[in-house]
Amino acid sequence: MTIPFPIVTAAFWTAAAMITAIVLTSTAGEVLTAAAMKSIGDLDEIRAVSGLKGAIRTVLTCPLFFAGVFFLALSFFSLLFALNHMDVSFVAPASASLTLVTNAIAGKFFLKENVDRRRWISAILVCIGVYFLAH
Amino acid sequence: MAYAKLQPHQYMILGLVSVCTPLGDSCLSRGMAHLPAITLAHPASLITAVFTPWIALGIALLIGYFASYLIALSWADLTFVMPAAGLGNVVLALLARFWLHDPISIQRWVGIALITVGVGFVAHGPSLTERPTEPASEEAAR
Repeated sequence: MTIPFPIVTAAFWTAAAMITAIVLTSTAGEVLTAAAMKSIGDLDEIRAVSGLKGAIRTVLTCPLFFAGVFFLALSFFSLLFALNHMDVSFVAPASASLTLVTNAIAGKFFLKENVDRRRWISAILVCIGVYFLAH
Repeated sequence: MAYAKLQPHQYMILGLVSVCTPLGDSCLSRGMAHLPAITLAHPASLITAVFTPWIALGIALLIGYFASYLIALSWADLTFVMPAAGLGNVVLALLARFWLHDPISIQRWVGIALITVGVGFVAHGPSLTERPTEPASEEAAR
Protein backbone atom coordinates (compact mmCIF):
# COMPACT_ATOMS: atom_id res chain seq x y z
CA MET A 1 0.00 0.00 0.00
CA THR A 2 1.59 3.26 -1.09
CA ILE A 3 -0.08 6.62 -0.61
CA PRO A 4 -1.02 7.49 -4.20
CA PHE A 5 -0.17 11.22 -3.91
CA PRO A 6 2.52 13.48 -2.43
CA ILE A 7 1.88 14.71 1.15
CA VAL A 8 1.72 18.43 0.26
CA THR A 9 -1.17 18.19 -2.23
CA ALA A 10 -4.83 18.93 -1.55
CA ALA A 11 -5.60 15.36 -2.68
CA PHE A 12 -3.63 14.04 0.30
CA TRP A 13 -5.65 16.09 2.78
CA THR A 14 -8.90 15.09 1.08
CA ALA A 15 -7.89 11.43 1.38
CA ALA A 16 -6.85 11.95 5.02
CA ALA A 17 -10.23 13.58 5.76
CA MET A 18 -12.10 10.65 4.15
CA ILE A 19 -10.08 8.05 6.12
CA THR A 20 -10.51 10.06 9.36
CA ALA A 21 -14.28 10.24 8.82
CA ILE A 22 -14.45 6.45 8.32
CA VAL A 23 -12.26 5.73 11.37
CA LEU A 24 -14.05 8.12 13.76
CA THR A 25 -17.60 7.15 12.79
CA SER A 26 -16.68 3.47 12.77
CA THR A 27 -15.08 3.66 16.23
CA ALA A 28 -18.07 5.58 17.68
CA GLY A 29 -20.47 3.04 16.16
CA GLU A 30 -18.53 0.01 17.38
CA VAL A 31 -18.09 1.34 20.91
CA LEU A 32 -21.80 2.22 21.20
CA THR A 33 -22.84 -1.16 19.76
CA ALA A 34 -20.45 -2.99 22.10
CA ALA A 35 -21.85 -1.01 25.07
CA ALA A 36 -25.38 -1.94 23.96
CA MET A 37 -24.54 -5.66 23.71
CA LYS A 38 -22.80 -5.62 27.10
CA SER A 39 -25.89 -4.02 28.68
CA ILE A 40 -28.11 -6.67 27.06
CA GLY A 41 -26.00 -9.70 28.08
CA ASP A 42 -25.27 -13.05 26.41
CA LEU A 43 -27.61 -13.39 23.40
CA ASP A 44 -27.27 -17.20 23.43
CA GLU A 45 -28.70 -17.29 26.98
CA ILE A 46 -31.49 -14.84 26.08
CA ARG A 47 -32.39 -16.96 23.03
CA ALA A 48 -32.46 -20.10 25.19
CA VAL A 49 -34.99 -18.45 27.54
CA SER A 50 -37.07 -16.21 25.22
CA GLY A 51 -36.41 -17.72 21.77
CA LEU A 52 -35.01 -15.99 18.69
CA LYS A 53 -37.84 -13.42 18.57
CA GLY A 54 -37.20 -12.53 22.21
CA ALA A 55 -33.48 -12.08 21.52
CA ILE A 56 -34.18 -9.85 18.48
CA ARG A 57 -36.76 -7.84 20.48
CA THR A 58 -34.23 -7.31 23.30
CA VAL A 59 -31.66 -5.92 20.84
CA LEU A 60 -34.18 -3.75 18.96
CA THR A 61 -35.50 -2.14 22.16
CA CYS A 62 -32.06 -0.95 23.28
CA PRO A 63 -31.53 2.80 22.50
CA LEU A 64 -27.72 2.47 22.62
CA PHE A 65 -27.92 -0.08 19.81
CA PHE A 66 -29.64 2.44 17.52
CA ALA A 67 -27.07 5.13 18.39
CA GLY A 68 -24.37 2.62 17.38
CA VAL A 69 -26.16 1.69 14.15
CA PHE A 70 -26.52 5.40 13.27
CA PHE A 71 -22.73 5.91 13.47
CA LEU A 72 -22.04 2.61 11.67
CA ALA A 73 -24.36 3.76 8.86
CA LEU A 74 -22.43 7.05 8.69
CA SER A 75 -19.21 5.03 8.53
CA PHE A 76 -20.64 2.83 5.75
CA PHE A 77 -21.60 5.81 3.57
CA SER A 78 -18.20 7.42 4.28
CA LEU A 79 -16.59 4.16 3.07
CA LEU A 80 -18.75 4.10 -0.09
CA PHE A 81 -17.84 7.74 -0.78
CA ALA A 82 -14.12 7.05 -0.26
CA LEU A 83 -14.23 3.89 -2.46
CA ASN A 84 -15.72 6.00 -5.23
CA HIS A 85 -12.68 8.32 -5.13
CA MET A 86 -9.81 6.04 -4.07
CA ASP A 87 -8.55 2.50 -4.59
CA VAL A 88 -9.84 -0.19 -2.22
CA SER A 89 -6.24 -1.37 -1.68
CA PHE A 90 -5.59 1.96 0.04
CA VAL A 91 -8.94 2.74 1.72
CA ALA A 92 -9.72 -0.69 3.24
CA PRO A 93 -6.38 -1.44 4.97
CA ALA A 94 -5.78 2.17 6.05
CA SER A 95 -9.20 2.50 7.69
CA ALA A 96 -9.18 -1.09 9.06
CA SER A 97 -5.76 -0.83 10.68
CA LEU A 98 -6.36 2.64 12.15
CA THR A 99 -9.77 1.56 13.48
CA LEU A 100 -8.09 -1.33 15.35
CA VAL A 101 -5.94 1.13 17.28
CA THR A 102 -8.73 3.66 17.95
CA ASN A 103 -10.99 0.81 19.10
CA ALA A 104 -8.37 -0.40 21.56
CA ILE A 105 -8.09 3.13 22.99
CA ALA A 106 -11.88 3.63 23.06
CA GLY A 107 -12.39 0.14 24.55
CA LYS A 108 -10.05 0.98 27.41
CA PHE A 109 -11.44 4.44 28.20
CA PHE A 110 -15.14 4.20 27.32
CA LEU A 111 -15.96 0.52 27.81
CA LYS A 112 -13.49 0.04 30.71
CA GLU A 113 -12.22 -3.15 29.08
CA ASN A 114 -9.10 -4.76 30.43
CA VAL A 115 -6.82 -3.83 27.48
CA ASP A 116 -3.70 -5.50 28.85
CA ARG A 117 -0.29 -5.80 27.20
CA ARG A 118 -1.44 -8.91 25.31
CA ARG A 119 -4.32 -7.01 23.64
CA TRP A 120 -2.17 -3.97 22.79
CA ILE A 121 0.45 -6.20 21.17
CA SER A 122 -2.28 -8.06 19.30
CA ALA A 123 -3.91 -4.83 18.02
CA ILE A 124 -0.55 -3.45 16.87
CA LEU A 125 0.55 -6.74 15.21
CA VAL A 126 -2.76 -7.04 13.33
CA CYS A 127 -2.55 -3.33 12.39
CA ILE A 128 0.95 -3.74 10.90
CA GLY A 129 -0.08 -7.07 9.34
CA VAL A 130 -3.03 -5.47 7.55
CA TYR A 131 -0.66 -2.76 6.25
CA PHE A 132 1.79 -5.35 4.88
CA LEU A 133 -0.97 -7.51 3.43
CA ALA A 134 -2.27 -4.55 1.42
CA HIS A 135 1.04 -4.18 -0.44
CA MET B 1 -14.07 -18.04 34.75
CA ALA B 2 -17.00 -18.93 32.51
CA TYR B 3 -15.89 -16.93 29.48
CA ALA B 4 -12.18 -17.84 29.39
CA LYS B 5 -12.70 -20.86 27.13
CA LEU B 6 -14.80 -20.31 24.03
CA GLN B 7 -17.24 -22.97 22.82
CA PRO B 8 -16.99 -24.39 19.25
CA HIS B 9 -20.10 -22.45 18.12
CA GLN B 10 -18.52 -19.25 19.45
CA TYR B 11 -15.43 -19.88 17.32
CA MET B 12 -17.79 -20.39 14.36
CA ILE B 13 -19.41 -16.99 15.05
CA LEU B 14 -15.93 -15.37 15.15
CA GLY B 15 -15.14 -17.15 11.85
CA LEU B 16 -18.24 -15.63 10.23
CA VAL B 17 -17.21 -12.18 11.55
CA SER B 18 -13.80 -12.70 9.91
CA VAL B 19 -14.89 -14.01 6.51
CA CYS B 20 -17.98 -11.88 5.77
CA THR B 21 -16.15 -8.54 6.11
CA PRO B 22 -13.43 -8.89 3.39
CA LEU B 23 -15.87 -10.62 1.01
CA GLY B 24 -18.46 -7.88 1.55
CA ASP B 25 -15.87 -5.11 1.12
CA SER B 26 -14.64 -6.72 -2.13
CA CYS B 27 -18.21 -6.78 -3.51
CA LEU B 28 -18.73 -3.11 -2.51
CA SER B 29 -15.45 -2.14 -4.15
CA ARG B 30 -16.33 -3.94 -7.38
CA GLY B 31 -19.78 -2.31 -7.41
CA MET B 32 -18.55 1.24 -6.66
CA ALA B 33 -15.75 1.02 -9.24
CA HIS B 34 -18.36 0.58 -12.00
CA LEU B 35 -20.34 3.68 -11.00
CA PRO B 36 -19.61 7.22 -12.19
CA ALA B 37 -17.87 9.52 -9.70
CA ILE B 38 -20.18 10.61 -6.87
CA THR B 39 -19.80 14.14 -5.51
CA LEU B 40 -21.02 15.76 -2.28
CA ALA B 41 -23.32 17.90 -4.46
CA HIS B 42 -25.39 14.80 -5.29
CA PRO B 43 -25.35 12.60 -2.15
CA ALA B 44 -28.63 10.89 -3.19
CA SER B 45 -26.71 8.93 -5.84
CA LEU B 46 -25.16 6.96 -2.93
CA ILE B 47 -28.67 5.69 -2.13
CA THR B 48 -29.31 4.52 -5.71
CA ALA B 49 -25.90 2.76 -5.62
CA VAL B 50 -27.28 0.51 -2.85
CA PHE B 51 -29.66 -1.19 -5.32
CA THR B 52 -27.00 -2.29 -7.84
CA PRO B 53 -26.25 -6.09 -7.76
CA TRP B 54 -22.64 -6.06 -6.45
CA ILE B 55 -23.43 -3.43 -3.79
CA ALA B 56 -26.57 -5.37 -2.78
CA LEU B 57 -24.53 -8.61 -2.44
CA GLY B 58 -21.88 -6.72 -0.46
CA ILE B 59 -24.58 -5.35 1.85
CA ALA B 60 -26.07 -8.87 2.33
CA LEU B 61 -22.62 -10.17 3.38
CA LEU B 62 -22.11 -7.19 5.68
CA ILE B 63 -25.53 -7.85 7.30
CA GLY B 64 -24.31 -11.43 7.95
CA TYR B 65 -21.15 -9.93 9.44
CA PHE B 66 -23.15 -7.52 11.61
CA ALA B 67 -25.44 -10.24 13.00
CA SER B 68 -22.48 -12.47 13.97
CA TYR B 69 -20.58 -9.42 15.27
CA LEU B 70 -23.48 -8.50 17.60
CA ILE B 71 -23.68 -12.08 18.90
CA ALA B 72 -19.89 -12.10 19.52
CA LEU B 73 -20.03 -8.75 21.35
CA SER B 74 -22.68 -10.15 23.71
CA TRP B 75 -20.13 -12.61 25.16
CA ALA B 76 -16.74 -11.07 24.33
CA ASP B 77 -14.94 -7.72 24.60
CA LEU B 78 -14.66 -5.37 21.63
CA THR B 79 -10.85 -5.51 21.94
CA PHE B 80 -11.08 -9.33 21.69
CA VAL B 81 -13.45 -9.44 18.69
CA MET B 82 -11.71 -6.76 16.58
CA PRO B 83 -8.30 -8.51 16.11
CA ALA B 84 -10.12 -11.79 15.44
CA ALA B 85 -11.96 -10.04 12.61
CA GLY B 86 -8.56 -9.19 11.06
CA LEU B 87 -8.04 -12.89 10.37
CA GLY B 88 -10.45 -12.54 7.44
CA ASN B 89 -7.76 -10.74 5.43
CA VAL B 90 -5.53 -13.79 5.87
CA VAL B 91 -8.31 -16.16 4.75
CA LEU B 92 -8.86 -14.04 1.63
CA ALA B 93 -5.12 -13.93 0.80
CA LEU B 94 -4.75 -17.70 1.28
CA LEU B 95 -7.82 -18.36 -0.90
CA ALA B 96 -6.27 -16.15 -3.59
CA ARG B 97 -2.98 -18.08 -3.32
CA PHE B 98 -4.22 -21.68 -3.24
CA TRP B 99 -7.54 -21.43 -5.12
CA LEU B 100 -6.90 -18.69 -7.68
CA HIS B 101 -3.11 -19.41 -7.77
CA ASP B 102 -2.31 -15.69 -7.37
CA PRO B 103 1.32 -15.06 -6.36
CA ILE B 104 1.85 -13.69 -2.82
CA SER B 105 4.90 -11.48 -2.20
CA ILE B 106 7.18 -11.91 0.83
CA GLN B 107 5.73 -8.70 2.26
CA ARG B 108 2.23 -10.24 2.16
CA TRP B 109 3.47 -13.45 3.82
CA VAL B 110 4.93 -11.24 6.57
CA GLY B 111 1.52 -9.54 6.90
CA ILE B 112 -0.22 -12.94 7.11
CA ALA B 113 2.25 -14.08 9.79
CA LEU B 114 1.82 -10.88 11.83
CA ILE B 115 -2.00 -11.07 11.76
CA THR B 116 -1.96 -14.76 12.66
CA VAL B 117 0.41 -14.17 15.59
CA GLY B 118 -1.66 -11.13 16.69
CA VAL B 119 -4.92 -13.10 16.66
CA GLY B 120 -3.18 -16.01 18.43
CA PHE B 121 -2.01 -13.59 21.14
CA VAL B 122 -5.48 -12.27 21.90
CA ALA B 123 -7.19 -15.66 21.52
CA HIS B 124 -5.06 -17.10 24.35
CA GLY B 125 -6.34 -14.46 26.78
CA PRO B 126 -9.77 -14.13 28.39
CA SER B 127 -12.52 -13.11 25.96
CA LEU B 128 -14.39 -10.94 28.45
CA THR B 129 -13.25 -8.45 31.12
CA GLU B 130 -14.29 -9.72 34.52
CA ARG B 131 -16.28 -7.14 36.46
CA PRO B 132 -17.02 -7.15 40.20
CA THR B 133 -20.62 -8.07 41.04
CA GLU B 134 -22.77 -5.02 41.86
CA PRO B 135 -23.50 -4.93 45.63
CA ALA B 136 -26.99 -3.54 44.94
CA SER B 137 -27.94 -6.45 42.69
CA GLU B 138 -26.58 -8.92 45.26
CA GLU B 139 -28.79 -7.35 47.92
CA ALA B 140 -31.77 -7.44 45.58
CA ALA B 141 -31.15 -11.12 44.94
CA ARG B 142 -31.29 -11.92 48.68
